This record gives sequence, structure tokens and C-alpha cells, in this order.
Amino acid sequence: MTTTLAANRPAYDGKALDLTGKSGARAFRNTLATVLIVLCFLIALVPLLWILWTVVSKGYHLLLDANWWSQSQRGITVRRVGGGAYHAIMGTLIMSLLCALIAVPIAVMGAVYLVEYGKGTKAAKVVSFMIDILTGVPSIVAALFVYAVWITVLGFNRVGFAVSLALVLLMLPVVLRSTEEMLKLVPDELREAAYALGVPKWKTILKIVVPTAFGGIITGVMLGLARVMGETAPLLILVGYSKNINTNPFDGFMGALPTMINQDRTELALQPAADRVWAAALTLILLVLLLNILARTIARFSTIKSK
Amino acid sequence: MAKRIEVSGLNVYYGDFKAVEDVSMTIEPRSVTAFIGPSGCGKSTYLRTLNRMHEVIPGARVEGKVVLDDQDLYAPGIDPVAVRRVVGMVFQRPNPFPTMSIFDNVASGLRLNGVKDRKKLAEVVEASLKGANLWNEVKDRLDKPGAGLSGGQQQRLCIARAIAVEPEVILMDEPCSALDPISTLAIEDLIEKLKDRFTVVIVTHNMQQAARVSDQTAFFNLAATGKPGRLIEMGPTKQIFSNPNEKATEDYITGRFG
Repeated sequence: MTTTLAANRPAYDGKALDLTGKSGARAFRNTLATVLIVLCFLIALVPLLWILWTVVSKGYHLLLDANWWSQSQRGITVRRVGGGAYHAIMGTLIMSLLCALIAVPIAVMGAVYLVEYGKGTKAAKVVSFMIDILTGVPSIVAALFVYAVWITVLGFNRVGFAVSLALVLLMLPVVLRSTEEMLKLVPDELREAAYALGVPKWKTILKIVVPTAFGGIITGVMLGLARVMGETAPLLILVGYSKNINTNPFDGFMGALPTMINQDRTELALQPAADRVWAAALTLILLVLLLNILARTIARFSTIKSK
Repeated sequence: MAKRIEVSGLNVYYGDFKAVEDVSMTIEPRSVTAFIGPSGCGKSTYLRTLNRMHEVIPGARVEGKVVLDDQDLYAPGIDPVAVRRVVGMVFQRPNPFPTMSIFDNVASGLRLNGVKDRKKLAEVVEASLKGANLWNEVKDRLDKPGAGLSGGQQQRLCIARAIAVEPEVILMDEPCSALDPISTLAIEDLIEKLKDRFTVVIVTHNMQQAARVSDQTAFFNLAATGKPGRLIEMGPTKQIFSNPNEKATEDYITGRFG
């Protein structure tokens, strides 16, 4: 067998084997591909770094002022310097965390249903299809839907909670899809190991499957949160912008970072307004970053260290 | 502890496909029973019906009787979860829970079934790890992750996890196929020890292993590709390996298979 194989090998003619490899053409193609890939990577980095640089360089100096973190814009007109973003930070945090509070349990349990219980059933297919549609719903449509239900039909006022409801519609599919993928990654062997110990299915999911996928689920939640924190349409439609501090999502208008940016955007020619716009944008980025770090820390401490 | 299993007229299906046909056998308590046979002949599938793990796969079902201690495991009203508390299982690939430490892995069966008493858990973990011949290797690092052990140690950890819940029967699905010879030897020694307390059923592709560890051997084969697997013959291991009744068994054991 071996002799015929050797005889059939095209390069074999009794000489020593040449294992140095690369022919000129292949080396060239290899280099070309490497250059192209690195180039694409750099091109993708350009807008990211550009945005970061612009926002940081134009916005950082207001953030160094303690007032920025502790005061609202109450009584501050576009022409005036001063005030802070506390009202907007609180508004953004309250509305998006309230949204997460509603969306995350539904999304995680929905994903558990799709992966652990509904696999292959008609119901699961319908749910999955609906989630796909929901993923494509623009934020303004979600906002108008909640407007129709919350304000037109139910007769409530424009408040922060209505925004949270609209954000739920946007966050739900993101978290559900990522959680679903993470649960699928948990090997069946672990489920079977638990079953073989006489552990019921629900407990297996709760104590084995979800903890194993926990880090990934947290990442999905962060992606979802990052997305909804920057949404503007629901804020514009469902709650008015307020320059005052309002921490009650069920009563009155509420400030938020995206609407704060929107507020001063029309007066960009005026330096105080422009400064505030950039500072608010930077604050929003930092807020997302901070939540991200926080969640990753939680995820790390909740799973056992591997060394 | 340790119970006799009596199987009669068992057919196993994946959807419409009949994977195993008409198996009847008696598995003796406090002994090691080995299932041998070519790949795809349904021995693992059959093994998984003994603790109702088979039905975890969508569309899988079973006809016939598996009687353990006078109770048919497939009778209506029997809870598969309760069955699996009595009939434990060790899998082909070591599968310790990755989020848990060595201690937690062994304690998991009890903990997930509601035992909270720390002293009792510590006792059971120590006894189980000793029972799995792993205690001396891990006693100083019980709080380290189970996934950090070597493959052979992981498999013994899985055995410790299985015996910690004090089952009557332990099913092993090719427990050594992913392990090196030294780890394999460690597991075989362990199996020898386990049969003092448990009824052990092991699926193996390794004929020497079957000859070394088992008291009874069952040979499974396919009539043809696409046909269901069948039990060809079963008997004391010595007899199966020296003087089998069936030609097919002899051919398989002597390597003239196919």
C-alpha cells in the first residue's frame, strides 16, 4: 500500500522531499490576503476611533466639572454656561434599567423555552419568527405602538415608564436571541449528566444550564442595554424633555442623555450648547462602558475561576 | 443496595426507526455486565433505556418491560426522574459541571435534590471520592474547578458524582474510550471495587476490557445495515470468550468480524 501511494505522489521522483513549501505565487497570494484583511480591519477602526476622538476631545472638559455630575439644567438657557447632566443621567438610567427589569426575565425565559422545551414544536417556530420580526422593528414604530396603547387607549400621560415599555420591545429580541445562542452552546452532555443524577429538568436548567451560559447571557443583556440607552425616538414621543431632576418614571417629563443632546443640537453655533452636546454624548458612551465593566465583573465573580 | 434488572421483549425506537429489537435479559445484582458489539448495533441506545435516558431525545420511545425490584420502569405513573435517582450513569466523555468545583461536582446530585446539611455533604463527598479512587489526588484542591483535572481524573470525578447519590445500578457508556491506558486501568480497578456495592452495566468496544472486568457478557449485533440491533447471546464472560454458542459471537471476538 505505502509503495503505491508514494509512487502516485506527483512530486515523488526518487529525490529528497522538498518541504520548504511556499512557491512564489502562493507566497504572493498569502501576503496579498494578509494585507487585505489587515487593511479592512483598519478601515473598520477608522470611524470608531474618529467618533471616539471627536467626542472625547470636544466633550471631556465639562465632565471634569463636579457640577456636571450633580446638577440639572434647570433655568439654564442655551446661551448660558453651567448646570449639569445629572437629570439626564438619572433619566437614562431609570428608564433603561426599568426596561431591563421587564425585558431580561421575559427574554431569558423565552430563550429557555425555545431551547429546552419548545425545540421543533410549532409554537416555538411561531415565537422564533415573531422575534425575528421584532428584531427588525424600528424604534419609532415601537414608540408609536406604545403611544397608541399607553396614551390613546389606556389614557395615561407621557411618562418615563412608557419609554421603558417601548424600549422593552427593542431590548427583548436582542437579549432573547443572544441568550438562545448561549443556551445552545451548553453541551447536551451536561444536561444528561444532571438527569442521570435524578435531577428534574427545571432544576437542571436553573442550576446547570443557565449558570454555565451565564457569562454569555450577561453579555447579551449588556448589548441590549447599550442599544436601548441610546434610543431617541421613544424618548421624543413618549416623554417630554425636562431640564429638571425627576426620578419618578410614573409622573411627569424626564430628562435623558439622548434628548439632552437633541435639545441643544439646534443651537450648535453657540459654544455653551455645543459643549453640552459633546459632553452629554461622552457621558452616554461612558455610561454604557461602565455598565459593561460592571456586568463583566459580576459574570466573572459568579463563575468559578478556571485556574 | 444493588438490584436485579429483568428486561423482556424490549424494542427501542428513534421516531419510526427501530434501533433495537426484542431484547430480553437478566442483569444480576452486585456483578458487572458488559455489552459488546460493533458500532451502531444499539448497545448504547439499549443501555440508555435502562434508566429512561433514551426518551430525552425527541421522538425516542420504547416498547417492552424493564423490571427493577418488581417494578416496571416503563409502567404508567413511573417518574423517570425517580428512576434515574436509582439507576445512575457515567458517560463516554467525562462531563463534570464546568461551573462547579471538585467538591460541588460530587455534591451536586445531593444538593440539587435538596440536601443542605454541610457536614453530611462533606462526608458523602469524601466517601464518594474515596470510592472512586480519587480522594488522594484531589483532597488538597477540592475548591478547584472539576474541569481542571486530567481526562482520567475527570471520569473518576464523574463516577464519584454518580455514586454520591447512592444508586442501586450504575450504567457506564464506554467510560474509558476517551482515556489513556493508565487512566483506563484506574477505572477498571474501580469497576471491580464498585461491584461490591452496585450493579454495574458497562458498554465497551474494548474486548480485553470486557474480559477483564465483567462477570456476564452480552453480545449485540446488526442483522444488516439499516436493520435493528439484536441481542445475539449472553452468558458468563468466561464462556462467551472461550466457547460462545453463536458463530457471530465467535467471529466478532476473534476479530473475524464483517
